[in-house]
Amino acid sequence: MPTLATSEPAALPADWRDILALTKPRVMSLVVFTGLCGMWAAPHLPPLALGFTAILCIALGAGACGALNQWYEADVDAKMRRTASRPLPAGRMDRQSALHFGVGLAVFSVLLMGLAANWLAAALLAASILFYVFIYTVWLKPRTAQNIVIGGAAGAFPPLIGWVAATGSVDSLPLLLFAIIFLWTPPHFWALSLFVRSDYAAAGIPMLPVVSGVESTRRQIFLYSLPMAAAAILPWPLGLTGALYGGSAIVLNAVFLVLAARVLMNRTDEPSHMAAEKHLFSYSIFYLFALFAILVADRALAA
Amino acid sequence: MKPDDELIRARQRERARIMAWLLGLFAILLFFITLAKTGMNW
Repeated sequence: MPTLATSEPAALPADWRDILALTKPRVMSLVVFTGLCGMWAAPHLPPLALGFTAILCIALGAGACGALNQWYEADVDAKMRRTASRPLPAGRMDRQSALHFGVGLAVFSVLLMGLAANWLAAALLAASILFYVFIYTVWLKPRTAQNIVIGGAAGAFPPLIGWVAATGSVDSLPLLLFAIIFLWTPPHFWALSLFVRSDYAAAGIPMLPVVSGVESTRRQIFLYSLPMAAAAILPWPLGLTGALYGGSAIVLNAVFLVLAARVLMNRTDEPSHMAAEKHLFSYSIFYLFALFAILVADRALAA
Repeated sequence: MKPDDELIRARQRERARIMAWLLGLFAILLFFITLAKTGMNW
């Protein structure tokens, strides 16, 4: 359980910008995009109002995860430069409000998803929120260097939820989209954790570079990039997508592997000389956006 | 009123205004969900 060190009630009611910041809007944008792509890749679209509501629920669910994560990790966030200015560690908001906001948003998003789309999509949304909060944030993150590997499943749910909200059932393509994000998460986060590892070490979070060292993390980044590339290209040979997606996936993954190989060959331990790691981290975000956007374009052309 | 009280009131007003907008938008969303669910697709 979190300590009460930063839970003194703030004198002022929280500013709405701080309440919004609790939802981690930048993370939410990637979640919304992949959820939207999962829905657009489905064989048929739901009515506009229901599709919009389903994506809204995915966004609100992601926002709830962000709020509950910041509620639980307020003490840890206070120790890291990257997160010390967040509303809770900076003392601009009291912890109890963040908890109420997060739980309320989670319950609201799941109920609205069930009523507007279907209860299978609502169950998947509930599972993703519970997985992120209890399995990743509370259990894995402070205990094991494999936190990102297993915890990556939470971020992989949105395209699956988007598809299920549109169709009411699970199919092989959304499961592959789940696998792509699941396998993309370790190289993406480990690239980041290499050049901010002193922050993680100071906060006592057992990220891979802190526990196993920089060289081992670089090897793991490259090794995880291989199955990720295979999963990303697989929809094409399986006949689930056309040549547009297949060709683009090959190019995007080839660039990813080249950047991962550059990280593998980098020998410096000094974060200011980790240009290869920073390139891979930035490219990995572009990669996921591009891959999913091309998937939707390919499916639209085939329809 | 002390300056702190003014700031608290200003924050409360701002939050109440945003909440009112969100509730209004939610009511409109419910209206369109109802239309879609009852088969009157837009």
